[in-house]
Amino acid sequence: MLTANTPQTIASDRVGDFAFTDYEREQIEHAIHHYAEPRAATIDALKIVQSQRRWVPDGAIYAIADILGIGAGDVEGVATFYNRIYRQPVGRHVIAVCDSIGCFLMGFDELYGALQTKLGIKPGQTTADDRFTLLPVVCLGACDKAPVLMINDATHFNVTAENVDAVLENYK
Amino acid sequence: MTSNINLGLTNVSAETHPLTWRYTQSGKSVLDIKDYEALEGYSALKKAIAMQPTDVQAEVKASNLRGRGGAGFPTGIKWSLIPMGPDAGQKYLVCNADEMEPGTFKDRFLMEELPHQLVEAMITAAYAIGASKGYIFLRGEYVLAGERLNAAIQQATAAGYIGENILGSGFNFELHVHLGAGRYICGEETALINCLEGRRANPRTKPPFPQQAGAWGKPTIVNNVETLMNIPAILLRGADWFKGLSQGKSPDAGTKMYGISGKAKITGLWELPIGTTGRELLYTHGGGMADGYELSCWLPGGASTDFLMPEHLDLAMDYDTIMKAGSRMGTALIMVVDNKQNIISVVRNLEQFFARESCGWCTPCRDGLPWTVKILQSIEAGTGQEGDIQTLQQLTRFLGPGKTFCAHAPGAMEPLQSALKFFPAEFAKGIKA
Repeated sequence: MLTANTPQTIASDRVGDFAFTDYEREQIEHAIHHYAEPRAATIDALKIVQSQRRWVPDGAIYAIADILGIGAGDVEGVATFYNRIYRQPVGRHVIAVCDSIGCFLMGFDELYGALQTKLGIKPGQTTADDRFTLLPVVCLGACDKAPVLMINDATHFNVTAENVDAVLENYK
Repeated sequence: MTSNINLGLTNVSAETHPLTWRYTQSGKSVLDIKDYEALEGYSALKKAIAMQPTDVQAEVKASNLRGRGGAGFPTGIKWSLIPMGPDAGQKYLVCNADEMEPGTFKDRFLMEELPHQLVEAMITAAYAIGASKGYIFLRGEYVLAGERLNAAIQQATAAGYIGENILGSGFNFELHVHLGAGRYICGEETALINCLEGRRANPRTKPPFPQQAGAWGKPTIVNNVETLMNIPAILLRGADWFKGLSQGKSPDAGTKMYGISGKAKITGLWELPIGTTGRELLYTHGGGMADGYELSCWLPGGASTDFLMPEHLDLAMDYDTIMKAGSRMGTALIMVVDNKQNIISVVRNLEQFFARESCGWCTPCRDGLPWTVKILQSIEAGTGQEGDIQTLQQLTRFLGPGKTFCAHAPGAMEPLQSALKFFPAEFAKGIKA
């Protein structure tokens, strides 16, 4: 049986705190024009919201569904399918460490272990000061310069357990 | 930070290295349209647009260019399946730039350093197939490539190469970069189309093939970055010249972006005649294995290709020769596995990748891949059960070609089945006595 406040929770998700900024709305409307149908702008819309808020809150799923004229379930299905859309809050900087075979052969285990020790978190977690979130990622396409990791939109090459501190220093 | 490109190659010219000469001659990226035009840039488009679209198609077909994304399907034949003529309606050209095959880093280089070459190739190909809209489906992590391609598209639009009535020909073309959000399965062309349409990237049933009903149900051609970037040179210099580029090393035509990763002395990318041997690649260009390491086995072209052994190094790296040896050329960027690696750990890492990246659409793939990983983990830990090796062998059949919705799981089985074949003792060691 539904508890009394369940519908209210859904309603507040839908019409509650979330509203697009003017920038977000403009950017999404611009993206829609690139495609034959508004639905195609789903990933663009999720990324636009994420670029402003670091992650995609529940309310944004409904707002994106409304602006594109599709179901919220479809938007959520897309949001949870792709690796680079975050449906949970993340830190100021997201570290994505390549764990595919090219990096595995060149010292991924040591690098990943060192990062977890230094940051005091496991993959999927965020540091208490909100500075870093640690995630694994698929082959970043730079296997000749492995190990490789991305921090936000920047790719760093030949990162090892020894030199990773210097890389992290660039992200406060 | 750029890779080692064509290190040690001499006499690199437009005639010998159609993919990379513009970069190699100066050692610099060619980002400005003026610099690109000074290096024959957009002259292939001008030539093509003076021809009939079907003649452009015929030239590409005659060149024997085969798809460089891994499958090796003849590009000209793919193009010839698209409806032509005044009643064909809306058509799309999509560039598959979702480079995510572990071990592969060629398209990143080509797009970051030579974005105009892809833009010119897209316009030319679109003209040939009569597509008025094009998308470069770029993986979300390739941020720099995205910036440079968007800048190139803006410059090309300002110069009149993109837009309405291009070069007075009456041909209209619109080109967009679609930045994905990261999922290996997007490289499968029907999954890519679903992603482009804003859906989960599950593959579609074939037929219909994209050439008949692709993006938004319209005829669509999907080509890889490297494939497309050969097109301008083929039109400028002709199909016969392109066929001669392999220098008799292979019945296949053209050059190929080859590469090396793993513990070799020199890693990087080389544009070489297609059919170059693995030995020439690894020893002449890569300097051999790094000091203190020996070659155990190698993947010829990405995670989804069967392992080959040192004795296979003298084979020509082309589609048919590598297939006859029991593997696939794939993307032709080789990954060397050294003697200090535990082969079971290597295979476990590969299968973890495939298990995580399965889209979950069909049962053999969704359930079979995590099962494979679980067995490999216990063999790796020395706690394998009696019958585990037989189960793995069974899985390579249950997840093989024809048993699943797309090529993801069969691809995942390639390194496993070859490891089982070449390293039976290593697997046996992991079974608890």
